[in-house]
This record gives sequence, structure tokens and C-alpha cells, in this order.
Amino acid sequence: MSAGHYWLVIGGVLFVILNTAAGLIWLERRMLALWQDRYGPNRAGPFGLFIVLADTIKLFFKEDWIPPFADKVVFVFAPAVVVASVLLSFTIIPFAPNVVVADFNVGVLFFLAMSSMGVYSIVLGGWASNNKYALLGAMRGASQMISYEVFMGLSLMGVVIMSGSFNLSEIVAAQKNGWFILPQCVGFFIFLIAGIAETHRLPFDIPEAESELVAGFHSEYSGMKFGMFFIGEYMGITLISSMVVTLYFGGWLGPAFLPPVIWFVLKTFVFIMLFILLRASMPRPRYDQLMEYGWKILFPLSLVNLLITAAIKLLI
Amino acid sequence: MFSLLRSMWLVFLHMFHKRETYQYPEERAPLPARWRGRIALTRDPDGGERCVGCYLCAAACPVDCISLQATEDEHGRRYPEFFRINFSRCIFCGFCEEACPTYAIQLLPDFEMAEYNRQNLVYEKENLLINSEGKYPGYNYYRVAGMAIDGKAKGEAEHEEPPVDIKSLLP
Repeated sequence: MSAGHYWLVIGGVLFVILNTAAGLIWLERRMLALWQDRYGPNRAGPFGLFIVLADTIKLFFKEDWIPPFADKVVFVFAPAVVVASVLLSFTIIPFAPNVVVADFNVGVLFFLAMSSMGVYSIVLGGWASNNKYALLGAMRGASQMISYEVFMGLSLMGVVIMSGSFNLSEIVAAQKNGWFILPQCVGFFIFLIAGIAETHRLPFDIPEAESELVAGFHSEYSGMKFGMFFIGEYMGITLISSMVVTLYFGGWLGPAFLPPVIWFVLKTFVFIMLFILLRASMPRPRYDQLMEYGWKILFPLSLVNLLITAAIKLLI
Repeated sequence: MFSLLRSMWLVFLHMFHKRETYQYPEERAPLPARWRGRIALTRDPDGGERCVGCYLCAAACPVDCISLQATEDEHGRRYPEFFRINFSRCIFCGFCEEACPTYAIQLLPDFEMAEYNRQNLVYEKENLLINSEGKYPGYNYYRVAGMAIDGKAKGEAEHEEPPVDIKSLLP
């Protein structure tokens, strides 16, 4: 890869990801409204698209308040971590042949490492806020994300065994003769559920359960610091959706009448919609139900899936 | 698990449902006829004021937002000298309408009363009095009441018999 191509990819990925995250705010509000028989924002600009602009301007001009009782350094540092870790995860995703920022040999591991880093932002943000609700949210977030991390990794191993590589480009290439969704459908479901829990999206938004914890770990955040958590969450959705597509739905593979990037974007979009649909339809489980579900059902299931995949791989 | 998938599917189907929203400034929700909105003072079919200044509305008002002063004109008809409703206090409970013996004060189906200036929410009589009979067309208080005014002596109201001369013994 030439240096020019490299910088172009980095710039393009950054531009697309950040704009997608901003656009998702609008998309989510519109889709939620559609599924609740409402209109959602439809006044500002075509289809209410300028609401994104208005939201951004509002967030930027809000008072950037740090509570006097907060741990100031950590309080400022925490929202940056979530955005940075999610953005770093995007470096390993192959958007199209040759359009990938870092073609790591251990891409999958890097993704898992970065999504673990995301826990820091929640824990540090909740801790630095020096507020009981924030701390409760942070504790819940930490235990939820660490628990779901375990079998998120395990469910991915099935894909790694089948493709024989941690490199995401090679994983995509290994799906030429059939997407991994068919042989790895159990792994796919576990990964999807763990992914929702990792982004703490709505069925699993226990760290920020607004009916119990005000806003959970970001109760004390305002202005653009809150915006960072917000953007981080939407980028997390995009990340998990694109990881699902890359690992189980053949990434950029698709019939030749559309370019690979379009296929990738289309497939990712379907999963983003699924995330929003989940938010529109799912009730929030109780905290112990979440833990029980994770450790007693999904964890053994992912182990069994891993064992069976490995056994079949050995026998054939 | 099945119920979760089923609820997701049902929510998804809402994509094809009709939306319930009224696009407000362009499209208005139909208000029921008995909607308790803007308070108005109505007139009788002859164009005279119905209000007789009995203070019952002001007494019934739980937030004391009505104030008025009754007076009498040269024909013997009572009317309010001033009639003031402070809509920044009004809770649109409709008690004034229930208390009114002459159907003068009425709550009409209109809620668009917002103002930028708080002082503009204090409505005087000229703001309240409307050129309409409101919800009770044809009702004329002085035509059915036994009270004597100029041009209508006692006993001349509708469904009213002439007064009996109690000093006379003749039937």
C-alpha cells in the first residue's frame, strides 16, 4: 500500500465512521418513531436531517461543567477512552479488498482488547463522578462487560478455527465458499448478544438504566463530554454491526453487480437497524437475570460451540 | 425466547401502520365539543350581554382568577362593569361555567392562548365578550326570568303567568 492510499483510507474511515455515528442519532430517532407510529424529528431540513446539526451545535455550546466534587483529571479522561477505543477497533475492519487501515495478523484479538478497553471509560467515568448512581452504573457496567467479554471471545473462536486465522481480511476471504453464519449460527447469536451487551445498548443498558440510576455512569456528564459517551455508543453499534458482518456475513463479499464497499455498508446497515429494532421492542432484564443468562446459558453454549467446531475441524 | 422474537416482529410490523401524530400547526386535532378551553362571555339572541354580574363564577373559581364588578344600566338590567380573567392562573376547570346561572360564561374548544408577555394573559371584558350565543343558542335569560326590566314587566316572561294580586279576594 502506498502512503497516499494509506492516508486516504484513514481519512475516509474516520470521516465515514464519525458521520455515521452522528447520522445514527437521527436514524435511531426516526426509526424508533416509525415503530411507535410517530414521525420523529421531521421539521429541520429534509426529513429532519438537520436535527443532527442542531444537536451537535447544542452539545458544543452547552456549559462544559465539571462537578466540584469530581476527580477532575479522570473525569475529563474517561469520555475520551470510549471514543478512542472504538475508533481504534475500526482500524482492523476490512471495508473492501485493500481498504483496511491496519491489516493485523491478530485483528480479532485486537478488537477484543479494544472492546475491553471500553470498560475503562465506564468505570473511570462512574468513579470520577463521585456520585452514588454513577458508581452503581459503573459497577454494573464493569461486571456486565467483563462477563460478556468472556464468551464474546469464545464465540469468535469458532470463526477463527474455521478460517484458521485471526486476520479479518483472511477471515473474509475464507468465506468465499459460504458465509460463516450457516456453520457458526450459534456462535453468531452469542456474539450478537454479547455485542449488544458490550455496547450496553437497550436490552442490556443496565449501566445507564434511567429508571433506576438517573443516567448511570454518565449522570454527571454534560456538554461535549456527554457527547463523547453518546458518540462512543453509536460508534460501538456501528463497530459491532460491522464485526458481525465481517465475521459471519462475508464482509464485503457479495454478487458483483455492486462494489464490495456497498455490500459491506448495506450488510452493516441491516444490523444497525436490528440494534434499533431491539431498542424499540425489548424490555430491560433485571441485573441478576442478565448475569444468569450470561454465565449459565451463553457461556456453556459458546464453549460447546467451540468444542464441536474444533472437533469437526479435527475430523475433516 | 419465542416471545422476545414475536414482540420484535410485532414491533417491526408497526412500520406499516398509520402514524398517529397530528402535524400540529398544519393539521389540528379535532377537539370535542365540550372541550374546556378559552373562556368567553356570550351574548343572548338579541345581542345583549348574558352576564348579570352575580359573582357566582368568581366564587366558584378555585384559583380566584376571575374578578368582576356588577352594575345596573338604565333599563334595570344588571351587567358587569368590568370582567377580568387572569389566564395565567386559570386552570380551565370549568367550574365557572357550571356555576353560571345565565349560560353567560362558557369554555370553548380552543387552546391556542399562548402569549410572549405574561401581562397579555389578563383578559378584560372586551377580550372576553364574543358575538355569539355559544353552546346555548336561543337562550335569553331575561326572557325566561321573572325579573322586571324596562319593556318587560313581571309576568310577561315566557311560561310565566301574570302575578296574582294577593291583596284582592276575587279569584
